[in-house]
Amino acid sequence: MSDPTATQDLIKGADEPAASPVAVRGGQRSLWRDTWDILKRRKIFWISLVMLVVFLLMAAFPSLFTHKDPEYATLAKSMELPSADAWFGYDLQGRDVYARAVYGARTSIIVGVLATLATVLLGGLTGVLAAYFGRWLDAIISRVGEMFLGLPYVLGAIIILGTVAPAQSNPGKATIMAVVIIVLALLGWPILMRIARSAVIQAKHQDYVQAARALGAGPLRIIFKHLLPNSLAPILVYSTITIGSYIGAEATLSLLGIGLRSPVISWGIAIADHASYIRTAPHAMFFPAGFLSLCVLTFVMLGEAVRDALDPKLR
Amino acid sequence: MKANTESILEVRDLVKHFPLTQGIVVKRQIGAIKAVDGVSFDLHRGETLGIVGESGCGKSTLAKLLMALERPTSGSVRIHGRDIATARGGELKRMRRNIQMVMQDPYTSLNPRMTVGDIVGEPFEIHTDVVPKGGRRRRVQELLEVVGLNPDHINRYPHQFSGGQRQRIGIARGLALQPEIIICDEPVSALDVSIQAQVMNLLERLQNEFNLAYIFIAHDLSVVRHISDRVAVMYLGKIVELGRDAEIYESPTHPYTQALLSAVPVPDPEGRETRQRIILQGDPPSPANPPSGCHFRTRCWKAQDICAEQTPALEARPGSDHPSACHFAEVRDVVNAQ
Repeated sequence: MSDPTATQDLIKGADEPAASPVAVRGGQRSLWRDTWDILKRRKIFWISLVMLVVFLLMAAFPSLFTHKDPEYATLAKSMELPSADAWFGYDLQGRDVYARAVYGARTSIIVGVLATLATVLLGGLTGVLAAYFGRWLDAIISRVGEMFLGLPYVLGAIIILGTVAPAQSNPGKATIMAVVIIVLALLGWPILMRIARSAVIQAKHQDYVQAARALGAGPLRIIFKHLLPNSLAPILVYSTITIGSYIGAEATLSLLGIGLRSPVISWGIAIADHASYIRTAPHAMFFPAGFLSLCVLTFVMLGEAVRDALDPKLR
Repeated sequence: MKANTESILEVRDLVKHFPLTQGIVVKRQIGAIKAVDGVSFDLHRGETLGIVGESGCGKSTLAKLLMALERPTSGSVRIHGRDIATARGGELKRMRRNIQMVMQDPYTSLNPRMTVGDIVGEPFEIHTDVVPKGGRRRRVQELLEVVGLNPDHINRYPHQFSGGQRQRIGIARGLALQPEIIICDEPVSALDVSIQAQVMNLLERLQNEFNLAYIFIAHDLSVVRHISDRVAVMYLGKIVELGRDAEIYESPTHPYTQALLSAVPVPDPEGRETRQRIILQGDPPSPANPPSGCHFRTRCWKAQDICAEQTPALEARPGSDHPSACHFAEVRDVVNAQ
């Protein structure tokens, strides 16, 4: 195409950029490969990953962590303090608190993660569509979102859950979990829609999007290559926090008697059941609450690490 | 830079009005911003047409219209006889190969989350039949070399480069599809003066090498003169004067061009003392409500009744050899005037 030496001579004085640990010779690189390379070197990423694996194992195979039966109750041992026999003590019904915390991981994590996933998919998709196509589609999505946002969270949940699964009814375990997940996502998506919408609108007006359009890029390429990578950070941060708040929200619904309920075992139910005994038997509530906090912390740390690694400027 | 006379781009009566609306539910149009208001010109193969004018005169809107990033209200933009303004889908995509753009701000025109290789290689991913998949990386490295960047930097991110280097990346992206026309929308305005010269020299070298035609938009008159074969002066959405660079700079006939040129700083301290400056009164009128007849008449010292009644056509008038949109066009050399 041209003589490279002449080119080099012509352009002297263009200063060399500082050497970067990321840029190495060989192999085509991309945002995702570089992100992984960065993540590999982050301590916080490995710590959160190990914690996540522990929690996931706990959710999948609770019997690995305890031999006790979480359903086995000895009323005589009600509210007994932690001892060598039962590390975390016994709850109101005389069940092992540790065993129930381990077995509760599955429900809580499934509800938290799936409800967040549904929220991100629903809110993210509507937000991106509203921001990218604008005009009447934006108007409709935004107004519908505001209608859901105007509904008080607990009131909305009471109405929906009270209709679908009233407190006296005895729905199956899978059914009640699915309903709770849908309710959480249905009432939570507008916030994520707004976050995604504002981030995409901000990215949409950048010159590089115009440049891509001038090259002939279609909407899919613009959304997935240009808009999403540049608006992922706020979505990611919000969703990791949401996982925690959904596990908490699940507990609130349990407390009201319309969410998950016994015989389902979950951290939320354990917290709700023992919240009123906090002065006489704090251990019955603190241990499930501690598991919950650690789990939330894991997701938040993981989200933070991924967000940082996704931003080339922070490397 | 000898340009032959074959027209590759023909712009005819191009108009872009942005509607001004009122009301939230039912939108009523209460007027229009006349950003580009009847612009016509030709661009020949291998030539550079400079477009100058002050902020808000419609230069950047014109660039977007030429790139089909905005749809014109009326008029046509023909590349090799085909109208890009009405082209859709696959045809528009094919036509885009022939006309590319270098943007003003090198800090916002590159996606911060893509590597240089991805940015310069994106044209090949969109137009997949230009270069076979296996050869793309090599081609990107060649392009980086052509614009004077180290081809080993293909895996770096835009923030690791200086402003001038980023602008080179933007130029490499514009060159990738081997277009015949490149629209440079103030490509050096955001750069330091020392870097401006490097980028200008690069653009000139690329023009000679690939026989490119440039539309070079700028508000810096000396930059435009340096690179242009012909110059168009815009005021409030219209071209008021169009001619070869020497004609515009040595013998301007439109009062607005004369006023603009009289503001160019003169490096010679002797001439500076005696030189006349034409100081225009007031600000440019709003493009939502431009004056009747000649748009410039409200600030013109030659204005008479006819200027309010008749819009002066862009045509050559007695005593001058190039078109000018003024009823009272006459040559006045303001740059060398003593």
